[in-house]
Amino acid sequence: MKILVGIKRVVDYNVRVRVLADGSGVDTDGVKMSVNPFDEIALEEALRIRDAGNAEEVIVVSAGGDECQQQLRTGLAMGADRAIQIQTSEGLQPLSTARAFLKVIEREDPGLVLLGKQAIDDDNCQTGQMLAALWERPQATSASKLELNGNSATVVREVDAGLETIEIDLPAVVTVDLRLNEPRFVKLPDIMKAKRKPMDVVSLEELGVAIEGNLEIGHYAPPPQREQGIMVEDAAQLVEELKNRGLL
Amino acid sequence: MTAREIMEYDVIIVGAGPAGLSCAIRLKQLKPDLMVAVIEKGAQIGAHILSGAVIEPEPLDQLLPGWRENPPPVCIPVAKDELWLLTKKGKIRLPTPPQQKNHGNFIVSLGSMCAWMAQKAEALEVDIFPGYAAAEIRFNDDGAVGGVIIGDMGVDSAGKHKDNYMQGIEIHAAMTVLCEGCRGHLSKQLIRKFELDKDCDPQTYGIGMKELWRVQPGKSKPGLVQHTTGWPLDAKTYGGSFIYHLDKDRIAIGFVTGLDYQDPAFRPFEAFQQMKHHPMLHELLEGGEILSSGARAIVEGGYQSLPKTEMPGALLIGDAAGMLNVPKIKGTHQAMRCGMMAAEHINDTASAEGFDAKLRDSEIVRELYKVRNIRPAFYSGLWRGFVRSAIETVTLGKLPTTLSIHDDDSTLKKRDDYTAPDRKWVDRDLPPRDRLASVYFAATEHDEDQPVHLRILEPDICTTRCAEEYDNPCTRFCPANVYEMVADDRVKKDGGRRLQINASNCVHCKVCDIKDPYQIINWVTPEGGCGPNYQNM
Amino acid sequence: MSKILIIAEHDGQSLNISTAKCVTCAQAIGGNIDIAVFGSGIETIAAEAASLESVARVIAVDAEHLSAPIAANWANEVLAIADGYSHLLGPSTTLGKDLMPRIAALAGVNQVSDIMAVNAPTSFKRPIYAGNAIIDVEVPAGATVVATVRIASWQAAATTGGGSVEVRSASSNAVKHTRYVGLKSGGGERPDLQSAQRVVSGGRGVGSEENFKVIYSLADKLGAGVGASRAAVDAGYVPNEMQVGQTGKIISPDLYMAFGISGAIQHVTGIKDAGTIVAINKDSESPIFEIADIGLVGDLFKIIPELEKLLD
Repeated sequence: MKILVGIKRVVDYNVRVRVLADGSGVDTDGVKMSVNPFDEIALEEALRIRDAGNAEEVIVVSAGGDECQQQLRTGLAMGADRAIQIQTSEGLQPLSTARAFLKVIEREDPGLVLLGKQAIDDDNCQTGQMLAALWERPQATSASKLELNGNSATVVREVDAGLETIEIDLPAVVTVDLRLNEPRFVKLPDIMKAKRKPMDVVSLEELGVAIEGNLEIGHYAPPPQREQGIMVEDAAQLVEELKNRGLL
Repeated sequence: MTAREIMEYDVIIVGAGPAGLSCAIRLKQLKPDLMVAVIEKGAQIGAHILSGAVIEPEPLDQLLPGWRENPPPVCIPVAKDELWLLTKKGKIRLPTPPQQKNHGNFIVSLGSMCAWMAQKAEALEVDIFPGYAAAEIRFNDDGAVGGVIIGDMGVDSAGKHKDNYMQGIEIHAAMTVLCEGCRGHLSKQLIRKFELDKDCDPQTYGIGMKELWRVQPGKSKPGLVQHTTGWPLDAKTYGGSFIYHLDKDRIAIGFVTGLDYQDPAFRPFEAFQQMKHHPMLHELLEGGEILSSGARAIVEGGYQSLPKTEMPGALLIGDAAGMLNVPKIKGTHQAMRCGMMAAEHINDTASAEGFDAKLRDSEIVRELYKVRNIRPAFYSGLWRGFVRSAIETVTLGKLPTTLSIHDDDSTLKKRDDYTAPDRKWVDRDLPPRDRLASVYFAATEHDEDQPVHLRILEPDICTTRCAEEYDNPCTRFCPANVYEMVADDRVKKDGGRRLQINASNCVHCKVCDIKDPYQIINWVTPEGGCGPNYQNM
Repeated sequence: MSKILIIAEHDGQSLNISTAKCVTCAQAIGGNIDIAVFGSGIETIAAEAASLESVARVIAVDAEHLSAPIAANWANEVLAIADGYSHLLGPSTTLGKDLMPRIAALAGVNQVSDIMAVNAPTSFKRPIYAGNAIIDVEVPAGATVVATVRIASWQAAATTGGGSVEVRSASSNAVKHTRYVGLKSGGGERPDLQSAQRVVSGGRGVGSEENFKVIYSLADKLGAGVGASRAAVDAGYVPNEMQVGQTGKIISPDLYMAFGISGAIQHVTGIKDAGTIVAINKDSESPIFEIADIGLVGDLFKIIPELEKLLD
């Protein structure tokens, strides 16, 4: 079985993201870029499945400009066997990403596709579900536990009400949550080995995917600042104030 | 314990600053088939670099001819120099001393310049590894330096291995080049082990704090370089500020003070914030926002304090040795020249031997010699310092005397022996409110579940002698609020107080390692990739 | 005029409050508002949905295989009734996040995630970068708007409405590839910090691990989750997983009560989306008071017992 893992190049989670003064975007000048942390967890899970003998090959896929090769190399250094860059100069919205991934799936015929539950830049949380829909295969989102049993998998999902368990037939799309595993650190010698692993580059056009139906992204604004509220004198006033606001 | 994995290189360079990257680039220019690696503890190149910075371009011309066509991301020609003496409310324009004339120089972000240099190095097939800390030196059987050992990762705060534990590897190399910057923790060990400082004065340091601001449109005058001295410091405390005007409404503002200050109650961070509230600066910053902030110790001993820069198997270059030119307030050109010189020496001799002599006979050390008496001239106060430094400057340092340098940990006076001047400091309204808020802008990050990387060698001293004699100055000299004395019910002695070390705030400035009067704070490397994430600093 | 269909969330017993919040968002868009309820034995839930202010009609699709919220099954049903609707809305809960993109893909559109404000019927505000930037998003003309609604941004609609209920049977069979096994609710009596509607937090001002008992006690009285500042974690009063803030959990409860927390920016980052922030601190100069909706200067050890008495 092959496992396909999607990884996205995003502004590192430690970076304090700041909206540009003219509202045209966020300041990415000189900021650290990383693999989306949820995708790192997806890759770690794929590697563990492979290393346990339940898959033969782990392929990392990313859509973007050539700069995303850096993140693909990180994936290879973590242990993926090969990488595919879906080359596009435009930032893809989830539907286009899902369509492009579907084309790669048709070429590679994976038994499992693992993705992060969302990317920490646009926070869309759509691509995995869209891919499953287009592929007409099962989806299991926000996985905190994944067990393979032959042609199916048992997935524990983190939902608002607790932990939901579902069983899905493979092939399927699983998107992963924070608690699934702790990704490994990359070993220095593996960085060197990763330089020699294969990286295929295929353009969006070659895949036959056209970008359609994009949402138009307009003005960027910083979040509203919280303002100073009122002061109360004692516990009784506090309780009254909370009751007035319907909070008690 | 399994044997560590090993990687082999011809040259391993510790620290991707201007010295290390210049060395790496030059090595590959001279000998393309040499195996060269650079190891860097910051999560990315430039993440731990903090500097003014106005740089002299000559070393760049030598290292990367044609760089002016494709300059680093922040690079603004200096248009004008100003030096101001500040009083609490007023200012007096002083003539710019010749060392501070910056015609032909450039204002850069040294952090982004290093990232830019790293790309050039990678294009020459230097292996650069950001996010990995050289935690220990590896010694050969004959006692010579034989490379470095990378710190283990995935160790919890109790020292146990976590799920993702990864043993650090050994990097073996015929030559190890240490360019960790000021007070490098490996350099410190090697200076001690090989007694590299036995023939020189003690080293002396300063603390530099810097903020990058975006000010209201029109207030920044790209290319303007301003320095101030005087307020808020008293005449006995050495220091001053820089205000560099960048493009895109950005201003780099910084404050440097000598770590040889005497007042045990002195708070360098507060002094910096006070300086920003001088009318001249307050007006400039008001209505703007902080983009990034941080702090770093600066090496100030110069010529007299320069240790021997070679030892078997290794060289000490850049500010790890101490090549900053204090009156110029510049070290980048020295670091780069020294990096290139180290590369040439390694290429010529394949040995460390003879490097120190070559260095001392070079323009690098001659430059330090000329200005050797200026920093110590200020030991007797600001005014005598001005006079003496004027004489030294006019005579190009040719007077036969050489003033000696004192260390910084013994200059601090005990509480009972010192009466602080009335500093008349003002209420502040510009951000950051406090050191914690400042750390936020440094974007510093440490996995909190790892061993504390600030090792207190004798913890009892903190709650007893130090509390009594100095009232725990670490709680004040640290610019990142790492050290706090807190009341704790569980502590039954020493007034129920204990030292709380907020290691995850640390911005890796090394001031604690330097200024602690008992020398019981030992700064070691945390997990690789931790620490500040400076952006365009 | 917009024609809006909201996908209801429920647990088989009653309607989840997120549905009423979606209705408020739909009111802001303006137009005809219908709600779709999927499940089995859902009459009371459908009636509840129909009572929400300005809801015209509830379409209740009743089938055994819809009782579990399997996205593939529900998506098929949504598409079967979606014709003629200009907007398909779901809550930005784990259910909505699972379901709505599947619908969007089958409808051939991109989804608008986490609507926090409505600019116009096809233009919305939504947060990105964990709320550190807010963008305007415009859906291209003619495309169906498929969106999730950010729950923390909207009040629940009133239950003074009187829409009709139309019961239908399922249009598709259950998909075979996905099987529901079960749900284990979040264990323990105290709600999970991350999803709690109310959170009581303590800082270094609490003073010790022992003293933290008063925080737990008040939290239990309020049915609240318990959090802590990093200072309290570093001091060893509570374990690390209770940390709220930049390096801990980012939470957005309706009510956040901070006791003995100074309000360093690192902490405030973790609660900036909370509904109402209450701060109790001895030091009137604490920065927490600058962002608190309700502040009270005083000794938490005196105030907490008083609060408990008042809450009895």
